[in-house]
Amino acid sequence: MTRSFLHAAAVLLPASLLAILIALAFGSVAIPVGDLLAVFQGEGSRLHHTLVLELRLPRALAAFAAGGLLGLAGALMQVLLRNPLADPYVLGLSGGASVGALLAMLAGLSMFSVSLAAFAGALLSTVIVFGLAHGTGSWTPTRLLLTGVVVAAGWGAMISFLLAVSPTAELPGMLYWLMGDVSHAQNPYPAWGLLVLVVLLALPLGRTLNVLARGPMQAAALGVAVRPVEWSIYVAAALITATAVMQVGAVGFVGLIVPHMLRLIFGNDQRVILPASALGGGILLTLADTLARTIIAPEQLPVGVITAMLGVPVFLFLLYRSR
Amino acid sequence: MPHTPPSTHAGTPTHEAPGLGARSVHEQPGPRTLLATRDLVIDVPGRPSGSALGLTMNPGQCWGILGPNGAGKSTLLHTLAGLRPARSGQVEVQGEHLARLSRAELARRLGLVFQSHHDGFPATVLETALIGRHPYLRPWDIETAADYQLAHAALAEMDLGGLEERLVDTLSGGERQRLAIATVLTQDPRVLLLDEPTSQLDLHHQIAVLERVRGMVDQDRAAVLVLHDVNLAARYCDHLLLLFPDGQACWGPTTSMLVPSALERLYNQPLSVGEIDGYPVFLPRGGTTPEP
Repeated sequence: MTRSFLHAAAVLLPASLLAILIALAFGSVAIPVGDLLAVFQGEGSRLHHTLVLELRLPRALAAFAAGGLLGLAGALMQVLLRNPLADPYVLGLSGGASVGALLAMLAGLSMFSVSLAAFAGALLSTVIVFGLAHGTGSWTPTRLLLTGVVVAAGWGAMISFLLAVSPTAELPGMLYWLMGDVSHAQNPYPAWGLLVLVVLLALPLGRTLNVLARGPMQAAALGVAVRPVEWSIYVAAALITATAVMQVGAVGFVGLIVPHMLRLIFGNDQRVILPASALGGGILLTLADTLARTIIAPEQLPVGVITAMLGVPVFLFLLYRSR
Repeated sequence: MPHTPPSTHAGTPTHEAPGLGARSVHEQPGPRTLLATRDLVIDVPGRPSGSALGLTMNPGQCWGILGPNGAGKSTLLHTLAGLRPARSGQVEVQGEHLARLSRAELARRLGLVFQSHHDGFPATVLETALIGRHPYLRPWDIETAADYQLAHAALAEMDLGGLEERLVDTLSGGERQRLAIATVLTQDPRVLLLDEPTSQLDLHHQIAVLERVRGMVDQDRAAVLVLHDVNLAARYCDHLLLLFPDGQACWGPTTSMLVPSALERLYNQPLSVGEIDGYPVFLPRGGTTPEP
């Protein structure tokens, strides 16, 4: 375990730093490495200063934090449901957030209120999905996943409805939000704080989650207090998803692809996979957002399009290679 | 081998096998008792009632649970492990009420091998055996060299040496079952509960597993095995519990429980009885075959 933990850290920590540096260097204007270093030493041109420290750095940090939260949320939900297909997007949490955000936009509220509405929508969706799936018995992974998929479809219909009745002028902003967009991200530091906190809380829980992945009965027989652990994961996953969606909108695939890819490389120990998913999600979204800003600069693409276009082939390739 | 009538708990009028109506005094729990039940009635859905079990399992005892499908054998095992509430009565582990023990404390005293295994995300064979150490580790602890040693030793004993890095989902059914037993050996509890531990094993490994369990029991532990093979039970268990489909039960030392008529009633299956190498042997007869 220690070896694969160090292995993952040795790969992912430098990669995270590199991803953020790439995000700082590229965009509508490329900044050479020398100039980038100059900016950090307090030298360099005024334009580069503004570009790097005031525009790109907060955005890169926001993308990294949101991606990290989504990766971690996916990894947690997959253990909770014992199903590698679980993901905030699949379970309808992002859909609930989207409906909340669109309603706030229709009401003409500020960007901050839109984020809050998204947060509330994601939480509401979590309560609905997990509450309905729990019913009178316990959470069976299949029922939870099916409930999530059906609720996601319901949110999808409401999104279509809202788009259909919205004034044309509002549509581009709404579509951007739906596809995921980092440019409206607020202050990234609360998200970073939450990310660090949840990783620190998840680390000592990792071995328990390894046992829980083998089913509630087996876990209980090995000394795990199953109910409290399941509820903690559930609450943590809901909170961090809502926070991520509030920041960057409905970005899909991060929570699905990142943990899965990392499992293929580093194995299935949750003590490795949970922190690795946080870093991996951060790297993926940071790079995806850099691409989104660069490909058709000065225009920007929604980052959700990039995560899907990057994530799907990588995922398929790894799946193909693993057997 | 003399077949004395099996002892039984009070009130088994439905069993007309010889001696089944007799009462006997069961062993009372003592200070060294590892697992005891007091008036325990297990909760089998749809079954109105059942015998109240007053079992006493002491160090050095190996108990076999025999009974037809659906008689509640697994339910009893899960109830003994505290994974399922009893309808009434209680379970005591080393003299303490099961409900008062924390899950982790219970897992240090008592280990359970399930009939089937869900692996969630495919882990390696070594990782799977190592989860047996979970009850002993605090949240921040990492498995020590000693933990690894225990896991490696258990895997070697279960003939899984060299497969440590294999993914569990690539194992055969029998290998997976031996891995589950290796996990409980790594857990090293005082009481072992094994649900059909030999159901998927070849002849050699059936014996190897039961010999190993017997070895554990002889080191001051106790084991409870659900078995479908009466002959293996006769050979390796010193006490037997017969669970009838209607919830009635009788239990006692193996020598007093292996009454052919009681076993025939238990399984609703005519049996031929013999003796090989000093062990009683029971073979099912064709249901329609007339008495020879």
